[in-house]
Amino acid sequence: MTTDVLDTFPAHAEDHGHADPVATTAFGFWIYIMSDCILFGTVFASFVVLSHNYAGGPTGSQLFDLRYTLGETMFLLFSSVTYGFAMLALHKERKQQVLGWLLVTFLLGLGFIAMEVNEFTQMVMAGHGPDRSGFLSGFFTLVGTHGCHVTVGLIWMAVMMTQIMTKGLTTPVQSRLMRLSMFWHFLDIVWIGVFTVVYLMGVM
Amino acid sequence: MDHDAAINHTGASKGTLSSYLTGFVLAIVLTIIPFWLVMSGTLSRGATIAAVFAAATVQILVHLHYFLHLDRSSEEQWNVMAIAFTAIAVVVVIGGSVWIMVNLHERMADTALLIHALRPLIG
Repeated sequence: MTTDVLDTFPAHAEDHGHADPVATTAFGFWIYIMSDCILFGTVFASFVVLSHNYAGGPTGSQLFDLRYTLGETMFLLFSSVTYGFAMLALHKERKQQVLGWLLVTFLLGLGFIAMEVNEFTQMVMAGHGPDRSGFLSGFFTLVGTHGCHVTVGLIWMAVMMTQIMTKGLTTPVQSRLMRLSMFWHFLDIVWIGVFTVVYLMGVM
Repeated sequence: MDHDAAINHTGASKGTLSSYLTGFVLAIVLTIIPFWLVMSGTLSRGATIAAVFAAATVQILVHLHYFLHLDRSSEEQWNVMAIAFTAIAVVVVIGGSVWIMVNLHERMADTALLIHALRPLIG
C-alpha cells in the first residue's frame, strides 16, 4: 500500500515525506491535537480569570489535598511510559506484549479517572459543585474537560485491544495505535498544566 | 514486512527503551520538585511560584522530546511548525484574557469601593 503511493508520486514523496498515508494521517491527527490545545487554552484562560471568584464559597486550599493530586499525577505519568512500552513492543511485532502493556496503561488510566470521579463526587456531595462559585465552575469545566478526554482515550484503547485480538497487528491497526499514543501523551502534557495552575497555585 | 516499514519512519514512533526511561525519570523529578516546594513551603511565595512554573515548562518540553519525539529533524519540521503556532495562539489567548480581565477587575474594584464609600451620603 505504502510503496504503491510512493511509486505513483516519486518526486512528490521526495519533496516531503507526507505521501506516505500513515505519515499523512499522523500529521493530520497532530493538527487535530493542536486544535485541542487551543480548546484547552481557552478553558485554562476562563479558569484563571475566575480562579479568585469564590462567592463566599470554599477556596482551593480548603478543597485540595495535594497528596491526592500527586497520586492522580503518578497514575497518568506511569500510564504514559507504559504506553511507550506498548509502542516499543509494537515495533518488534510482539502482539501479546503490546496487549499486555495496553492493558496496564488502560488500568492506570482507569485508576486516574476513578480518583477524579471520587474527588468530584465528594465535592458535589459537600455542596461544592460547579454551581457554587465562579471558581468552582471554572474548576469543573477545566478538570472535567481533561477527564472527558482521558475517558475517550480509555474507550479508544479498549477498542484497539479488541482490534489487535481480532485483526492482529495490521497496518491500519498500527497506524491507529500510533495516533492513540500521540493523544495519550498529549493528555499527560495537559495534566502538567492542570496540576500546576489549578492544584499547586490553588493551594498557595 | 511492508507495514513495519510504514510505521517506522513516522515521527511518533522513534522511541527507544532508554529514551522512554530517561523521559520518565526526568518527568518524575520535575513532578516531585513543585509538589514538594508547595507542600513544604521552603521558599518564599514568589520564588515558589517561579520554580513551579519553571518545572512545568521544562516537564512539558521533556514530554514533547522523550514521549512525543519532537525534534529538529526534517520529517518533524511541520509538526514543530504547527506546535510553535499553537503555542503562540495559546499564549495570546491566556495572556490576553488575563491581562484584560485583571485590568477590568481593578477598575471595577475601584468602582465598588467608591459606591461603598458613598453609600451613607446617597442614603
